[in-house]
Amino acid sequence: MNRTLKVLFFALIVRPLVLIGLGLNIVNRNGLPTSGPSVIAANHNSHLDTLVLMSLFPLAVLDRVRPVAAADYFLSNRFREWFSQSIIGIIPLDRIGGTDTEVLFETCRQALDRNEILILFPEGTRGDPERMSRVRKGICHLLDDREQTPVIPVVMHGLGRALPRGEALLVPFNCDVVIGNPMQIDGRSNEFVKQLTGNFKELFTHCLTRHEDDQDL
Amino acid sequence: MGAVFGLLVLATASRLILAARNFDKDYTELRQRVQSWWWIVGSIFVVLTVSRVAAITFFGFLSFMALKEFLSIVPTRHADRRVIFWAYLAIPMQYYWVYIGWYGMFIVFVPVYLFLFLPMRMVLIGETVGFIKSVALLHWAVMLTVFCLSHVAYLLTLEPLNADAGSIGLVLFLLFSTQFNDICQYIWGKMLGRHKIIPRVSPNKTWEGFIGGFVTTTVCAGWLAPLLTPLSMTQGMIAGVIIAGGGFIGDVVISSVKRDLRIKDSSQLIPGHGGVLDRMDSLLYTAPLFFHYTYFLCY
Repeated sequence: MNRTLKVLFFALIVRPLVLIGLGLNIVNRNGLPTSGPSVIAANHNSHLDTLVLMSLFPLAVLDRVRPVAAADYFLSNRFREWFSQSIIGIIPLDRIGGTDTEVLFETCRQALDRNEILILFPEGTRGDPERMSRVRKGICHLLDDREQTPVIPVVMHGLGRALPRGEALLVPFNCDVVIGNPMQIDGRSNEFVKQLTGNFKELFTHCLTRHEDDQDL
Repeated sequence: MGAVFGLLVLATASRLILAARNFDKDYTELRQRVQSWWWIVGSIFVVLTVSRVAAITFFGFLSFMALKEFLSIVPTRHADRRVIFWAYLAIPMQYYWVYIGWYGMFIVFVPVYLFLFLPMRMVLIGETVGFIKSVALLHWAVMLTVFCLSHVAYLLTLEPLNADAGSIGLVLFLLFSTQFNDICQYIWGKMLGRHKIIPRVSPNKTWEGFIGGFVTTTVCAGWLAPLLTPLSMTQGMIAGVIIAGGGFIGDVVISSVKRDLRIKDSSQLIPGHGGVLDRMDSLLYTAPLFFHYTYFLCY
């Protein structure tokens, strides 16, 4: 039942919205993983980020694409909880703190063990529209002893303009989705965070809708 | 219509011959280009034959896609999101005037009322840094993509004076001549092109291409006009001159926009062509020019 709803939601609402309401310029679409375990690390500006990323996957794979999302926000009321868990299929993550790091990522690890594709926003928050915040180390803790799991960096631009944080009115804009080459964690988290930040910067240069004087980096 | 399909078949055939002759070259873009042409021509014929409402809605949708593309590639301020939303709302209104055939409103709505309204809405937001640029950019975008383009749709509202062609004759004439001129300028330029017109804007534009396309389009328009429009042969040739000249200017104006932004295509919407703006750049100029020329002569 929920699976049907999910497919219908994506086929009839999300895809038309993304294709007509927004419009995507996709670079290196074939770089998206078709099977897990893998992690997509993307920048975060808007609620649309998750929907856009998920809309790029074939409907048959959709079930195995799991966005990791803030428990404090997405489980905050019953409708939101049902929608996030059943329709989108999020993996809730406690970002307030207090949970032990090992326990924190347990569900994510289980998902990876089931060969699922995780969508992760290493900035941890949507932040100011179209501005990149600092990349955090959580992703390294998650992949601590899973060096073989590929991390695919993805950069999106324009979605923070279409639907920024705190706004309910969606204004149509074309958006860029630039998919990078898979990366592997080599154990040192500082090194990896630096690499990932560097890759994000490089991917931003492929955007059609971005300008050099944009202060998003 | 038959002639257009003939041309498409010719294009596909020459593409296949080219591909068969040179195995090693990559013709993906050419293949995509010709394939997309089939789709564009096919969908235009379908909407034009279905009904007038379908066709007007279709051109309204094109306006929306073009405006969206334009506003996506130029720098906009975050504060202007709501103003931009109003600019989008102008599209259904403008095309509604087209639908009911209210000529006066159609002609003043964007240049007068929207022109006065958008800055006011922007003032209410209160962000003054970059105000002039923002307001000018937005109005230029709406004029090009909504006002200019809606002239194509208004051709459908004009009373059909050429009984054989019906109301879609003028639209077919305009679209065909404009795109035919683009292609002819390109082909003549490829074959003979030597002397560049404006190398800083568009290095592929040559005098040979321009003049070749100009002559071909003028002759062709003179032949087509009596079949599709109320214009006589001579009037049709002048229409061809207007379309060839206007099309060239539209093309290089949009080229300059892209050059300024340092991008090649305005989006990836149409495989092999780029975005709607890339495909319609010349139409933005030819549509109002041809419309008012015909309107002055016949209505």
